[in-house]
Amino acid sequence: MMVDLLDKHRSVLDRVQRMTAMGFNGLGVTNDQMISPTRAVVGNREIILAGTNNYMGITFDPRCIAAGKKALDEFGTGTTGSRIANGSFAMHVELERELAGFLKLQHCIVFTTGYQANLGMLSGLAGPQDTIFLDADSHSSIYDGCTLSGAKLVRFRHNDAADLDKRLGRAGNDGGGKLVVLEGIYSMLGDRAPLADFVALKKRHQFQLCVDDAHSFGVLGPHGRGLGDEVGLESEVDFVIGTFSKSIGAIGGFGASNHPLFDTLRYAMRPYMFTASASPSSVATSIAALKVLQEEPERRARIWANSERLYTGLKALGLDMGCDTVSPVIAVKMPDEVTTVIKWDALFKAGVYVNMAVPPGTPNRLCLLRCSVSAAHTNEEIDRIIAVFKDAVVN
Amino acid sequence: MIEKSEIVLVLVDLLKPFNPEAKPLVETTDIPAELNIDSVGVLDFIMEVEDHFDIEIPMNSVASIRTVGELASFVQSRLSKA
Repeated sequence: MMVDLLDKHRSVLDRVQRMTAMGFNGLGVTNDQMISPTRAVVGNREIILAGTNNYMGITFDPRCIAAGKKALDEFGTGTTGSRIANGSFAMHVELERELAGFLKLQHCIVFTTGYQANLGMLSGLAGPQDTIFLDADSHSSIYDGCTLSGAKLVRFRHNDAADLDKRLGRAGNDGGGKLVVLEGIYSMLGDRAPLADFVALKKRHQFQLCVDDAHSFGVLGPHGRGLGDEVGLESEVDFVIGTFSKSIGAIGGFGASNHPLFDTLRYAMRPYMFTASASPSSVATSIAALKVLQEEPERRARIWANSERLYTGLKALGLDMGCDTVSPVIAVKMPDEVTTVIKWDALFKAGVYVNMAVPPGTPNRLCLLRCSVSAAHTNEEIDRIIAVFKDAVVN
Repeated sequence: MIEKSEIVLVLVDLLKPFNPEAKPLVETTDIPAELNIDSVGVLDFIMEVEDHFDIEIPMNSVASIRTVGELASFVQSRLSKA
């Protein structure tokens, strides 16, 4: 008898059906119209967007839109192949040069998506003879990149340098390389890695350090370069990974480093070599957005003011916050999945979109109503989000 | 060398926080399937096992392990190398 390959997913379908039977499908909202970085129309209702990772609110910037249109006119709709097979467009090289300059690093490689950046970088850096030590709360793209590498994988307790120290000690020296992977801001709870604590282990255990700044690029540090920039330890970070789908408002990702052999990775990373390169309009808008972020540091000031306002407001309602530090990722803990679905639905019906985050996509089996703040949110929008939380979640 | 049966007892104890429905745990219990633990939960449990026995259990080593008994055998082999 034939085994139906999709049979194993029936329990997933049952779970989704249970969740959606209670209201809207929080895992599959369709935005019928985008009005601004913080507003969309769903069905016939206008919604405040508080869960789109549009940190700098740059998706409707006229300079970025003009750059994208120009690239469409001059370079067409797509690249139709990988950079290894088809060659690069000049703008791919320009984006890498601009990013390297911004990060004060010598080398940069861009990828088609942020997910592929983690897949490519981690599988290119580590091989079966090496060991990757990854934070337990790492994003799925880090887990998947680690798996693709074939390296020995050791998971350490979230943000716990003492625990990593213990596991590095247990691993000993097997002759292979060691890579430690951290995130600037963790995507679900909004906390950030205590970088100095991890850097302090480098001398004793002789590892190379990679920081995924997906949620912290453009956000953290006096220059917006990420976690290393914030704590003054950029020189200790051997490899930086980032994405264009958040602060840059486009799609794509990058890896960057000062390592002299870094460019060799172009010929070793399957997720770079065997996929079509980023489309001209996306690359052009990324270049334009990077310039805007540098010219307008007030966006970074604005997102921190907005984050403080939302975090303080939600905490004052007595909600159980995901972590005790303020960042543009602001999570509210819910007691269980059913409550999460009901409260998410109430928020949505009252005109506020947040992310419904449930296990296994969350750490410690937490159920979360996850908000992300934008520099484009007005004070009125932030206050409206807080008021809707009060009515829909607290009451 | 520590007996496999002793390791099973320890694993059963370590599994308790991951078994809210208090299902009976024996050597043949299929950990992810019978306890309905998701992929992250299994990794969290493995971390507890590592710390209890002070051994390293790489994530990719346990991908094929399903039952308490299989994990006990793996732990026993790691302890014998230590």
